[in-house]
Amino acid sequence: MKAPMRDANTFNFAQFPDAHGRFGEFGGKYVAETLMEPIQELQDAYAHFRSDPEFVREFETDLRDYVGRPSAMYFAARMSEAYGTQIWFKREDLNHTGAHKINNAIGQALLAKRLGKTRIIAETGAGQHGVATATVAARLGLECVIYMGAEDIERQQPNVFRMKLLGATVVSVESGTRTLKDALNEAMRDWVTNVDNTFYIIGTVAGPHPYPQMVRDFQSVIGTEARAQLLEKTGRLPDAVVACVGGGSNAIGIFHAFLNDERVALYGAEAGGDGIETGRHAAPLSAGRPGVLHGMRTYLMEDDDGQIIGTHSISAGLDYPGVGPEHSWLKDLGRVTYDGITDDEAMSAFHDVMRFEGIIPALESSHAVAYAKKLASLYGKDKIILVNLSGRGDKDINTVAKLEGITL
Amino acid sequence: MSRISPLFEQLRTDKRTALIPYITAGDPTPGATVDIMHALVAGGADAIELGVPFSDPMADGPVIAAAHERALVHHVGLRHVLGMVQVFRQSNQHTPIILMGYQNPIEAMGIAVFAERAQAAGVDGVLTVDLPPEEANTAAGIYAAVQIDPIFLIAPTTHADRIRIIAKLATGFVYYVSLKGVTGAQNLDTQALAERVRAIRQDCSLPVGVGFGIRDAPTAAAVGQVADAVIIGSALVRIIAELGQGDPATLQQKVQAFMTEIRSALDRS
Ligand SMILES: Cc1ncc(COP(=O)(O)O)c(C=O)c1O
Repeated sequence: MKAPMRDANTFNFAQFPDAHGRFGEFGGKYVAETLMEPIQELQDAYAHFRSDPEFVREFETDLRDYVGRPSAMYFAARMSEAYGTQIWFKREDLNHTGAHKINNAIGQALLAKRLGKTRIIAETGAGQHGVATATVAARLGLECVIYMGAEDIERQQPNVFRMKLLGATVVSVESGTRTLKDALNEAMRDWVTNVDNTFYIIGTVAGPHPYPQMVRDFQSVIGTEARAQLLEKTGRLPDAVVACVGGGSNAIGIFHAFLNDERVALYGAEAGGDGIETGRHAAPLSAGRPGVLHGMRTYLMEDDDGQIIGTHSISAGLDYPGVGPEHSWLKDLGRVTYDGITDDEAMSAFHDVMRFEGIIPALESSHAVAYAKKLASLYGKDKIILVNLSGRGDKDINTVAKLEGITL
Repeated sequence: MSRISPLFEQLRTDKRTALIPYITAGDPTPGATVDIMHALVAGGADAIELGVPFSDPMADGPVIAAAHERALVHHVGLRHVLGMVQVFRQSNQHTPIILMGYQNPIEAMGIAVFAERAQAAGVDGVLTVDLPPEEANTAAGIYAAVQIDPIFLIAPTTHADRIRIIAKLATGFVYYVSLKGVTGAQNLDTQALAERVRAIRQDCSLPVGVGFGIRDAPTAAAVGQVADAVIIGSALVRIIAELGQGDPATLQQKVQAFMTEIRSALDRS
């Protein structure tokens, strides 16, 4: 890949995407004609409300009183000791509903309300975004339909039940690979058919413009808080920020406030599955190539015919063959380094977080911790690594038990 | 020039409506496709829309999405589809062929390479479902250079200003999606349709084909009153789904008979 030119002194990451929704060659609006008008409507509405003081105030109030923000910044003392460098956790696991996903769900639901939509739909992989969406829909009294791959429904039973308790209808998606990408296809089909009364809350920084920008904006509260908290607690910026990357929303959320801090190294942990070399993984940035899917140009996992290939990860939330377009751009610019973390590495980090810190991390977030462990071996005691603990792992205990041959 | 504009010229002279069936290449098997194409023409098809299988056919309903999955069991990709067109052209040089599919398989081959190979194989038009005009400038230029028509969709939600943008890039004909929804949806309001087609004609001088929701002779006849072309997809693909496992000759007869029925309904009205 050609490396686009960038002058670190004048380049401002906050100015992207451009008016066409592009981050360099990535992003855009690759959707069927029927969706162009609704997407334009959404884009106009978002452009209006993002600078509407009343909207911003309501969003911030909800984040504070309902989600419980700001989320804590925690020094992981025993883990730091063991890993040989200073590890800090941004505690998105402490949010209401247990992950960062709620930040975005609240923002989009407020938009849906202002657009007068009465029905909310969403796709979900791990079920965290589905739970977050069902939660905000319940709170606003809106009808809610969640699309979820049949395979994910099997491995994330607790979250399926939570969504149902919240009043959502969970639709099992049997097409394709029966995981997140197929759930997204199905949600898009629903949206085209019901555009008049339906708002589609996409759960990550993917999809056609304006979703990657909008979701990033709603999630960037993570990094804005983290930067200020760390400055206050340590008097300086971190040496590295690490986050897991599925679609990429928690990662963009924490990276964004640091993008213009050239001395802060940024790392994205993709799902390496059985190992990048085996082909059984979900790491498009590490092993894919640019293409077009789900309304965006971005790095994808595909075969020679351009068919999207099946992915594998221990963690349902990372099991996606694409990635948000801004990440593709940040990769090509060389601003963020992405690498695959295997299932085994993530499992080992999962246990570390539990035993050193008494926190059950999501399997997704465990990928970020595993990446931090690798970096720590290159760093010394005076370095600071900030890890985004994107969610809690209660939803994953069945998966972990099964992997370890334990029947609950 | 591709075969598409001359076809519509001829039909206008003859005062007939074009019948354009859609099938997914490789469904039910790669070997069956060319024979089905000939059966469609024998039954009265004026042009053929040939679907290029894709792993994620987001804009298609369950019937056509299932056809993509059946074709993908046999790993039918863009290269194979071009091969099928080439074989079809050995015994049919006059029926326009429009490839319909998604952008990623085309990009995987490379747009310019694809355009060249498609032209050599005898393709006349390319309809890329997830390539709206905003993203289509490069592709449209490349297709125009090899005399392949870029075919664009117009939806019930498309405003007049966008119709004008589409009209600038499109050649051959435009495809009006008569319903909000995916392919295979049901409820068609022919009154509203007539008004929409009239509105499209104000901003676009190309022939207007109408698809989505046409399932039998009566709906085809009604749409034929206002459209220059009637496009039938899911209803046909459903027949292929039902009979695909059986005797290929029976399938071809059924497909041909279905076309004949629609054809005569169109010609009567
Ligand atoms: C806890 C947690 N972290 C990360 C992800 C991955 O999504 P993203 O990459 O958009 O943050 C998920 C998705 O379900 C999740 O539940």
